[in-house]
Amino acid sequence: MGRPAPTQKRVESMSNGPEVLTPRSATEAIELFGDGGDTAIVGGGTILVPELRLGSARPARALMLHRAGLAGVSKDGGRLTIGAMTPLNALASLADPIAACVSHIADLEIRGQATLGGNLCARNTDAPRGDLQGVLIALGASVRSVGAGGERTEPTEEFLANRDDRLVLDVSFDLPSAGAYAYLDRAHTHEYTALAVSAVRTSDGTIRLGANGAGPHGLRLPSAEAAAANHAAAGAAALADVALFDDAIASAWYREKTLPVLVRRALDQLEDAA
Amino acid sequence: MSLNITVNGTSRTVNAEPLTPLLHVLREELDVLSPKAGCQNGGCGTCTVLVDGEPRRSCLIPISAVEGAEIRTVEGLAPPGQLSTLQEAWIHHYAAQCGFCTSGFLMAATAYLENGGSDDHAEIATALGGHVCRCTGYVKILDAISAAARGDSFDLTTTAAGLRTTIKGVDQ
Repeated sequence: MGRPAPTQKRVESMSNGPEVLTPRSATEAIELFGDGGDTAIVGGGTILVPELRLGSARPARALMLHRAGLAGVSKDGGRLTIGAMTPLNALASLADPIAACVSHIADLEIRGQATLGGNLCARNTDAPRGDLQGVLIALGASVRSVGAGGERTEPTEEFLANRDDRLVLDVSFDLPSAGAYAYLDRAHTHEYTALAVSAVRTSDGTIRLGANGAGPHGLRLPSAEAAAANHAAAGAAALADVALFDDAIASAWYREKTLPVLVRRALDQLEDAA
Repeated sequence: MSLNITVNGTSRTVNAEPLTPLLHVLREELDVLSPKAGCQNGGCGTCTVLVDGEPRRSCLIPISAVEGAEIRTVEGLAPPGQLSTLQEAWIHHYAAQCGFCTSGFLMAATAYLENGGSDDHAEIATALGGHVCRCTGYVKILDAISAAARGDSFDLTTTAAGLRTTIKGVDQ
């Protein structure tokens, strides 16, 4: 070994970083989070750690949740509750469309670290992130969160439209009788999914549809749901429910051509799954 | 902050800001240089180490999240001067070209094999799908992991004599 012996070095990067809070329980996490406000929530860290290192995120405080509990999947009758800190790998054995969606997020290593809460709260700013948003909308999931005004439990789409300064505790939903997931296939494991449609048949036979990559966050497709008896018509109707956009992965034009196809495929799959 | 992690069986005390990526603590403070800083965005796999036996991107993990954890890197795959079966397979099958991706591949493949992974190329490709080899030497990498999964033995004195000599040179 020609190299000199290592000297004791102090890693200086991020020395001007945020105040770091590490709660040891959910109660403490809620207390420390308070009303939020310039607080970055560190779940798995797969999105935030590079942003903090590069300085594109400069929060005043970082709330690290790895010791706060908040992880785990519990079942009460036909209802599932999933803690915000549950790693995505732990969802891979659940029913479709969750399992099908999770198996297409990044790779095994990332899925072992990334969390449900992080995915739900991920922003579309530089890539179509948050693949589970459309899935949870289709499942009719409720999101329980805290922040200014206290605890709130609301449908996923309402949470997504108003999620600034909220700390997610868990999501819960009734197990569907069938589920399906249709998405734009990708050349490489780490390519983001440009567009995806989730379809769910609830235990009372209602069909619910959610889309990802079709708006500023996951969206419900009510017009397509109303036309769901005819799969092709539902696909065309879905265009009324979305706000398509250009990004580095797909143009709005391409999304417009693809969305009806994915809606039709998801409904076809749902029919086959029943 | 000051905290303890175990690196390749040795307890180490490190002094770093809590959100510093594990990768930077390993490389810059502890002089453990096998994990490479590639994309530093989770997209390439060159920084993969084992955290309590699970393969993880060290560029994405805040150091304080692994306080008390057992970290394994290529330096800990075999005693000094020796190679693990997987490393021997790597040499035998010429699975390293430039070698920059090798550390991450070795650690991910080590976890795959320790979890009972098979020699099936499709299964290996699924498990290691997030690792990028920019020399595109994927076939040799799959061959090497397959061979190690089967427990093949390798006579490196005849199959890759030049490489073996180079490695001995580094050891001495």
